[in-house]
Amino acid sequence: METITNTLSYISIRNQESISLSKIPILTYGKFSTEVIQLMKEPQVHCVNYFAYPDGEILKFICCLADDKASDIKVFSHELPKREKMQLTSITREVYAFHIYEREITENFGVEFIYSPWPKPVRYAFNRADRSKVVNDYPFYKIQSEELHEVGVGPIHAGVIEPGHFRFLCNGETVLHLEIQLGWQHRGIEDLFLKKSALIQRTVLSESIAGDTAVGHAATFAGLIESLAGISIQDRLNIERTIGLELERIAMHIGDLSNMCIGLAYQLGASVFGALRTPTINYSQLWCGNRFGKGLIRIGGTHYPLNVSLVEALEKYLNNFERRFITMAEKMFSLSSVLMRLENIGTVTKTQMSLIGAVGMSARMTGIERDVRKSHPTGAYQKLPYAPVFDISTGDVWARAALRRKEIVASIDYIRELISMLKTNNETPAKPLFEDNIKLSSNLLSVSLIEGWRGEICHCAITNDQGKIQHYKIKDPSVHNWMALALSLRDLEISDFPINNKSYNLSYCGHDL
Amino acid sequence: MLSLLLIFVAAIYFPGVIVKVKAIFAGRKGPGILQPWYDIFRLLKKGSVYSSSSSFVFQIAAPIYFTTVLVAALFIPFEESIALFSFTGDFVLFAYLLGLGRFVIILSALDVSSGFEGMGANREAFYSMLMEPAFFILMGSLAMFTGYTSFHDIFANLHYNSYFSAIIGIIASYVLANITLVETSRLPVDDPLTHLELTMVHEVMVLDHSGFDLGIIKIANNIKFVLFSTLSANCVIPQALDLWIRIVMLLVIQAAFAAGIGWLESFRARNKMAMNAQYILSINAVALILIFVAMIIKNKI
Repeated sequence: METITNTLSYISIRNQESISLSKIPILTYGKFSTEVIQLMKEPQVHCVNYFAYPDGEILKFICCLADDKASDIKVFSHELPKREKMQLTSITREVYAFHIYEREITENFGVEFIYSPWPKPVRYAFNRADRSKVVNDYPFYKIQSEELHEVGVGPIHAGVIEPGHFRFLCNGETVLHLEIQLGWQHRGIEDLFLKKSALIQRTVLSESIAGDTAVGHAATFAGLIESLAGISIQDRLNIERTIGLELERIAMHIGDLSNMCIGLAYQLGASVFGALRTPTINYSQLWCGNRFGKGLIRIGGTHYPLNVSLVEALEKYLNNFERRFITMAEKMFSLSSVLMRLENIGTVTKTQMSLIGAVGMSARMTGIERDVRKSHPTGAYQKLPYAPVFDISTGDVWARAALRRKEIVASIDYIRELISMLKTNNETPAKPLFEDNIKLSSNLLSVSLIEGWRGEICHCAITNDQGKIQHYKIKDPSVHNWMALALSLRDLEISDFPINNKSYNLSYCGHDL
Repeated sequence: MLSLLLIFVAAIYFPGVIVKVKAIFAGRKGPGILQPWYDIFRLLKKGSVYSSSSSFVFQIAAPIYFTTVLVAALFIPFEESIALFSFTGDFVLFAYLLGLGRFVIILSALDVSSGFEGMGANREAFYSMLMEPAFFILMGSLAMFTGYTSFHDIFANLHYNSYFSAIIGIIASYVLANITLVETSRLPVDDPLTHLELTMVHEVMVLDHSGFDLGIIKIANNIKFVLFSTLSANCVIPQALDLWIRIVMLLVIQAAFAAGIGWLESFRARNKMAMNAQYILSINAVALILIFVAMIIKNKI
């Protein structure tokens, strides 16, 4: 037994590939943590998920590390018998990015991670182990000073945004520390995935994980289910899903640019970008009847194939949009009063971002080359390689705005290429599959990664003996990136918080689940 | 009396023009010119809500603020037509009446003991402290240039001397326009439209005021706007013209000033908070130029 674990401490799978649970080597915790810490030191490796799930009297742990160079996902595992008092040595001490996973495991299953530097509740899940902990007694970082003062914002905000509490420790106008307390939006989504067993219910649930990433989460879910059921889908469908993903990216990025302009009190940018968002989401409505792309993605097929007239409308929209967007973006990014509010504000470093395991835009804006579309491509991204925007590295508000600008242009070009691919495709669009035609294989683990507009979305599922989903785990990109916002605020004026918050535009419900 | 009447007339359309111009530049139709006043009347019909953690200071703040601005309006002359109150050094009382109004609003903001409002009060006190020298340097130079020390006499004599008055008038008018932006919390110092408490200056201080109290605070703000722009217009309108032409000129200048604010707020972003102090000091620097010009003209240096 010992020799086997020595030679094979993990199993490597591709993105959206299923693996039999019995093939995952189970390590002792000591070996597990050494191996994981060792591997996490590599710059191209980051953790996409680490979770526990109960299996009878045993608590099983699965850890998935994505390797951007090898384009694979390395799956590690260890076990712990369920006891009154369960203790493990914290990995967070060595790898900061693990804090959120360990806190989540502590909250859900009562496993204590000793020496954890930041052992705080995550979201006060309904099914948490310790019901005596409630959202109102969150253990905030405290100050014992006469000179410093605390400013609390939220969980109810002035604008129509989601609930979240921000606690600033300030020295006058300067923020020393910002602590973000979330969990107010918890809906128990992961549990609902198990309770609602009908496929359509689960699909609709996946669209509601984060309302602004409906297509992203639905595509991740679809990829996962198709992998577990061994369904291979048409090229045509892959192209259409990717167009949906990129359209969502454009719509959200342009909306964010508009919101940032509102934060700067720059009316021209706010109204022009705001007006450009409308045709984008209106195109989604034309395509699938919903402006946020809900209903677009279904398992195995689609109700809304991109027919000739829809493709024509898409091309028309893109041409019109591109011209207006480029003009406005040039104006905005050359206006001194705007640049003064963007440059060198809320700067985070590449080191900080890789330490906290930032993903997606929050990683790319500091120069980390992390993009699932390139490193772990699936579907159309595999057939038609995507070249991510990797040339921004300043890590300030400007970088986040400029990255959006460049990604919008890149997405427009990419959609055009997808359209020409679609035009040469002769497949007859397939209808979505229903319950009766789908049989999930038993005892499998599958990991699905999709680059949503915010960053990588990860869904994991484990099936039991009967081929039913036993555990469903969701990781929204915001889970890690909230810490980036907190780091951005260090030594910054408190009045720059709103523009920083808008420049990240992280999801509350994606974190709270 | 005439000036008071003109101030009230201008106050009716001034806020509406700003909103309308901004809406047009944003590609929207925008509300009617009188909409800001409809909103105020709606507020006046409502009762005020007082936080249980506030004291009488909070309740008297809005009426005092309103009164100080109204009384300050009585000091503003229109060219040679005399204001209701006019005496030597009346501009000092004018400045500190507005100062008193600001002081009670700051007290009321501190009274509700909210983390935001304390910050807003802190910022408002800081900016008005920096702004005060500019106003007095300006009035001092005008006093030196004309040889008089009341609003009425200064403006009545500003245009008699020579065309040097044009230089003085234009610089003074520019400084006053900038003072207006700071005093009335517009861009680039403050953003009156923001919903983000952490970035607010004036708006955050009146967050807890509601109904009738908020209504009179808004009326006072509108009048304050026109007070400064009337002063500014006084510096540039030549006195040789007929009275009715000057009245029309005044009203047009007011409208143009409001439109100018609307234009400014459409095409630029607001300052970074830390830059505001620098911006206000630069207004002081322009005021200093004014005093040098006045001294040169008067052969004092």
